[in-house]
Amino acid sequence: MAIIQTRALKKKFGKIEAVAGIDLSVEKGEIFGLLGPNGAGKSTTIGILCTIVRPSSGAAVIAGYDVAKEPAQVRRQVGIVFQDPTLDTVLTGRENLELHARLYGVSSSIRGKRIEQMLELVDLKQRANDITRTYSGGMRRRLELARGLLHRPAVLFLDEPTLGLDPQTRARLWEYIKKMARAEQTTIVLTTHYMEEAEQVCDRVGIIDHGHIIALDAPEKLKETMGGQMIVIKAEQPPLEKIRGLPYVSDVRENDGALEIITREAHRHLPKILSLVKDVHCVEIRMPTLNDVFIKLTGRDIREDTVEDFGSWVDSVARYRQRGS
Amino acid sequence: MDNGFIRRELMGVYAVWWREFKVFQREKSRIVSSIVQPLMWLFLFGSGIGASVTIGSIDYRDYIYPGILAMMVLFGSVYFGLYIVWDRKLDVLKAILVAPVSRVSIFLGKVLGGCTDVILQIIVLFAVSFLFPAINPWGIPPALILLVITAIALVSLGLALGSLFQSLEGFQVISAFLIFPLFFLSGALFPITDKLPTWLQGLVKLNPLTYTVDGVRGALLGVNIFPLYIDFVAVIIFTVLMFLLGIVLFSRMK
Repeated sequence: MAIIQTRALKKKFGKIEAVAGIDLSVEKGEIFGLLGPNGAGKSTTIGILCTIVRPSSGAAVIAGYDVAKEPAQVRRQVGIVFQDPTLDTVLTGRENLELHARLYGVSSSIRGKRIEQMLELVDLKQRANDITRTYSGGMRRRLELARGLLHRPAVLFLDEPTLGLDPQTRARLWEYIKKMARAEQTTIVLTTHYMEEAEQVCDRVGIIDHGHIIALDAPEKLKETMGGQMIVIKAEQPPLEKIRGLPYVSDVRENDGALEIITREAHRHLPKILSLVKDVHCVEIRMPTLNDVFIKLTGRDIREDTVEDFGSWVDSVARYRQRGS
Repeated sequence: MDNGFIRRELMGVYAVWWREFKVFQREKSRIVSSIVQPLMWLFLFGSGIGASVTIGSIDYRDYIYPGILAMMVLFGSVYFGLYIVWDRKLDVLKAILVAPVSRVSIFLGKVLGGCTDVILQIIVLFAVSFLFPAINPWGIPPALILLVITAIALVSLGLALGSLFQSLEGFQVISAFLIFPLFFLSGALFPITDKLPTWLQGLVKLNPLTYTVDGVRGALLGVNIFPLYIDFVAVIIFTVLMFLLGIVLFSRMK
């Protein structure tokens, strides 16, 4: 059963089409990732789904409620962890959860027990009575996860949950996300531009670029579409065209000063390919990643886009154009 | 409107109020300064001017006591409301605004929170009223009611203005062009008599805070220009208008 269903969803900000017609269906219990560079339309899409942004056209239904027509019902069905931290840093961890429980109408009879349960799940019981201003970035994120799941939402939205955290903290946070999704049996929709991380966590991913979904499948299946393994060679003036002509090579491209060759059974063809290249600095055989899939589909590296600031500006516009209730 | 809806909204109002009260308890330096400041007005400014000025038969320090109460309400309430600009900058408000609670309830919770802060500050000032011999303690209940109604108006006004501003730069502008004129033109520090220049008299009579000061002064000192019911009617009309304005602007806030 699809818990989220969108049809031709669009959002325009002036002339900019942030979301350009998205058809999406997310199954109950799934961990679904929306991947793409900054400004691709990820945050706007999530904004529409949790009723913060009103769609220009199209429809989206969450747990049976239309986001445009029944926003109040939708809001009760969803939990949100924003890209920017939104904890109340004057309150303690427990008080943040108490505030949220009341706002979401969690009845007083189960409130206390539920809060303890969530604090335990994110390992913050020891620090629950400390003001959250004293928390580390990772702890704040964990508390936000707990807060997002407190009212047992049908869907939890996580917008760039690991942004701004160091790699170790990021890895731990993903463990928490997986653990909580299992424990609470919640559907999770997340956005990230860390492709490697999404691969490990998501059941399915949608790659989004310029407001369109350009690929949608399980990470493994998407990587299979690359047509083999990758041989990466760093060398002086590699004979690009010659290698492209080889019958067993499915694709060749230059990326970041290295030659990337896609072929099946790379280990068998490697000696022949290497014999064509002079002055080899280094060679690597690896499995393709989602980032490779993104490069293949768009001709760009997602990390290059991330450096530019234009994208995040579109998302900022989306944030400032939030709609009242 | 089923019972569940009303219950949830009331819980939302309570949640927002509860949050504001926690913040109030934590920000001790703000509480201390908000009480020390009016005491300085009364004892330093009031005693200083009072050494050479009496108004009617009333000591100047006693005379401005109602005005300083109104000043506390004015500053405390408007700044409390404006504080949402800061909340929004830190994204604290964002998590509250996406909750399944109507904007009106969130607004109501904020107004109640602001009024609670201000009432507690006023009560501290009332507690030292025995130091001002001209004050009639029986006048405290009606004075308190009038001040609370004024606080509702001014917190609403602060929230309304806070909804319009994206940055804190507006603070200075509002202080200079709204809060200080309201204070100086309220008769908090001087009596409104025919001796005032006519332009000043006109401005003073247009200022809603004048009626708060007059009503409180009437209740506590027995000195007033307008009958008490006129003061109440004027302040209530102002409050209704500000409350509605606040709801409209707060609901539209991005």
